[in-house]
Amino acid sequence: MAPRQTGGDAAAPLLELRGICKTFPGVRALDNVSFPIWPGEIHMLCGENGAGKSSLMKVLCGAYVADEGELFHNGEKVEIKSTLDARKFGIAVIFQEFSLVPYLSVAQNIYLGREFAGKVPGTIDRQKIRSEAQRVLGMIGSDIAIDAPVHTLGVAQQQIVEIAKALSQNARILVMDEPTSALSDTETEHLFGMMRRLKAAGVAIVYISHRMAEVFLLGDRITILRDGKKVATVLPDETSPGDLVQKMVGRKVDAIHRRGANIKAGEVALDVKGLSGPSGISDIHLKVRAGEIVGLCGLVGSGRTEVARAVFGADRVSAGEVTFFGKRFSGGPDEATRRGVALIPESRKAQGLALIRSVGDNIVVAALDRLFPSHVFHRGKAGKVAQAMIKKLRISTPSARRAVQVLSGGNQQKVVIGKWLTADARLFIFDEPTRGIDVGAKAEIFALMYDLVENGAAILMISSELSEIVNVCDRAYVMREGIIAGELSRERLNEENILQLGMHHE
Amino acid sequence: MSQVEAAAPKFKLTLSRDVTDVAYRLLAVALICVTLSLVSDAFLTANNLLNVLRQASLVFFMASGLTLVILTGKIDLSIGATVGLSACVAATIIKSTGSPWLGAAAAIGIGGIVGLGNGLMVTKLRIPSFIATYGMLWVAQGATYYYMSGQSVYGFPPGFRALGSGYLLGIPIPIYLMIAFLVIGYFFTKRTTYGQQIYAIGANTVAARLSGIPVNSRLNLVFVLSGAMAGLASLIYLARLNSAEGDIGETLTLPTIAAVVIGGTSLFGGVGSLFGTFIGGLILTLILNGMNLLNLNANWQPLVTGLIVLLAVWLDMKTRSKTDSN
Repeated sequence: MAPRQTGGDAAAPLLELRGICKTFPGVRALDNVSFPIWPGEIHMLCGENGAGKSSLMKVLCGAYVADEGELFHNGEKVEIKSTLDARKFGIAVIFQEFSLVPYLSVAQNIYLGREFAGKVPGTIDRQKIRSEAQRVLGMIGSDIAIDAPVHTLGVAQQQIVEIAKALSQNARILVMDEPTSALSDTETEHLFGMMRRLKAAGVAIVYISHRMAEVFLLGDRITILRDGKKVATVLPDETSPGDLVQKMVGRKVDAIHRRGANIKAGEVALDVKGLSGPSGISDIHLKVRAGEIVGLCGLVGSGRTEVARAVFGADRVSAGEVTFFGKRFSGGPDEATRRGVALIPESRKAQGLALIRSVGDNIVVAALDRLFPSHVFHRGKAGKVAQAMIKKLRISTPSARRAVQVLSGGNQQKVVIGKWLTADARLFIFDEPTRGIDVGAKAEIFALMYDLVENGAAILMISSELSEIVNVCDRAYVMREGIIAGELSRERLNEENILQLGMHHE
Repeated sequence: MSQVEAAAPKFKLTLSRDVTDVAYRLLAVALICVTLSLVSDAFLTANNLLNVLRQASLVFFMASGLTLVILTGKIDLSIGATVGLSACVAATIIKSTGSPWLGAAAAIGIGGIVGLGNGLMVTKLRIPSFIATYGMLWVAQGATYYYMSGQSVYGFPPGFRALGSGYLLGIPIPIYLMIAFLVIGYFFTKRTTYGQQIYAIGANTVAARLSGIPVNSRLNLVFVLSGAMAGLASLIYLARLNSAEGDIGETLTLPTIAAVVIGGTSLFGGVGSLFGTFIGGLILTLILNGMNLLNLNANWQPLVTGLIVLLAVWLDMKTRSKTDSN
């Protein structure tokens, strides 16, 4: 199929990727990805979490340098080795996290670091910055006050400032990462109008989205990535949402040993009713019984971690109730710990471990009150307890006194689990338990989880790896934009159903 | 890689960081003592050494509470001002009632209340401790000035003055007190669950909270202890000076922080010990003592203190990065 040109009669694509590869230790983030970006097209980029969208975006903006492959700019072979190179070729990326300075004005932000020199050397021509900013904003039909400090603007307006900043650098290729995720409907409409104007002016837009409606509404072409590979580039009228999901999921090698089906679910360990909170979750209902592994999935940012934190008492809640083992809970993490609840947080290093402290210190830290009810601490007893846990979980460390920061990711995760086993937890909330862990260690972590539930513990497991949810969990809840979009029983638990529930179908 | 390590364990003496840090510092103390005894005949006399220890004890009382705060990763800049306020209130109470006990209770009580104020500002109002205690510095100092209105109070009963300048079996009383608090402090930090939690909070506050440690109440505790220890220090200070004026504590905060830092406690929290702080205070006092004995101009003292602080921190960074990488 000859590439369809949607914006005028350009002879060569604005940018063409040929065989782009990027490998990180243990991960092939991008594997031989090729596709052209034509002037005046909106090119949709779709894929699951971890499919390679972010890596591709970083290669385009010069944050990563591709290991292999070539880039052609207007038909000429180029190399993008830095963000400066990317800017030179007119590529601008608008990340979900804006890079604006809150207390500077709109105009100052647009020309930040590229201020026009004044007549006196070393001074800045503020007037020119203001007039140029006004011109750029006028170009995209925006009426934002150029002197307003950026922190007084809403998210949608800040996004426009980002776009104006990109255009002021003569950007011809705009890469946008889920730009509508924080926008209201009217703001979204406004953004789409602006994108159409840019497109008419010959700007190419690479648009990453998880929302099916947007993909079909805006996309001139859709490229699907999976496991770092390009699956296909399709035209919107030649595909359907179902077909797209199918392509995004594909068939994966089943590396995880699936748990037997004879689950003996016991008492209700966790009962959440109508939980809402300022962190963006609303009306969450879920139940986990002893002996069960229940999944909590959904796209990144759908509120999974926020639910875990609210249940554990780490974040404030505004409504609803949480019950642990039949008793109402309304305390903080210290009270949750006393009730036998464990949180294995998503970021081991930032939230799970005191890296500079020893393996032993980390193992006993949540159990100090239990092990030493008189508050008198015996180093010998703590050491014995830690040693037993190191042996039980087969934590690979030369000594219990070694700082936990020198351990591998898998062993660090075992230390976090060991901490909660020592504290006698019976309800475990795992948030991305296998992130940054190699395959062998993953299997060990899952074996540990199976062991826990077989001994009567209850597990709520958050994961972005759909195959893990499907293989490890007995059932799962799927979240979307802060709510529970649905529950999948073991029979209906597969990747297609998770994606169907988790994606946005307006 | 880790599998291999476990299969062939290295039989290597792994001393905890606390122990090696203190060992380096004891070495430094020995080095300073040998040097001073070589260059000055007056150094190695019982009188001078006891004098050094008595000076060091004053630093230690203030620095011990501060060490707890710094171990949690916070800071208390109001120490000196708290000493001033406690000393002045205690002085007027002792003068008017004649009871050292009432004065002592007031000094320690006021210190504790100031500390609680610091703690609540940090835990409830979420003001960074640097700012909260900096504000408290001015508040406490201002309250002291207002309370004293330019007057000074002097002349206390001999029984009270013995606390600062008395001897028991030929050894100054503050030294006994210091040893007692060193033992209590060691027990508290190393042999109670509270101490373990203080270290855990300093090493990673977020992880500590998510591990069920009641972080806020522990932070309140260390600030209260810091204030109360400043109150105790004010009594010994008062008993030794035998007079109190509004500006009594003004210059004490920065040398106290210096003692903690020289003692090896990391300002980032989680690393350090009370024994280290004791030695830090001792090193600081020894250097100043040596400068006095050698008749060096006292104006050099701040500069020398600064250089020792920088040297201590630099050496810690070097030795610690070496132990971390193996």
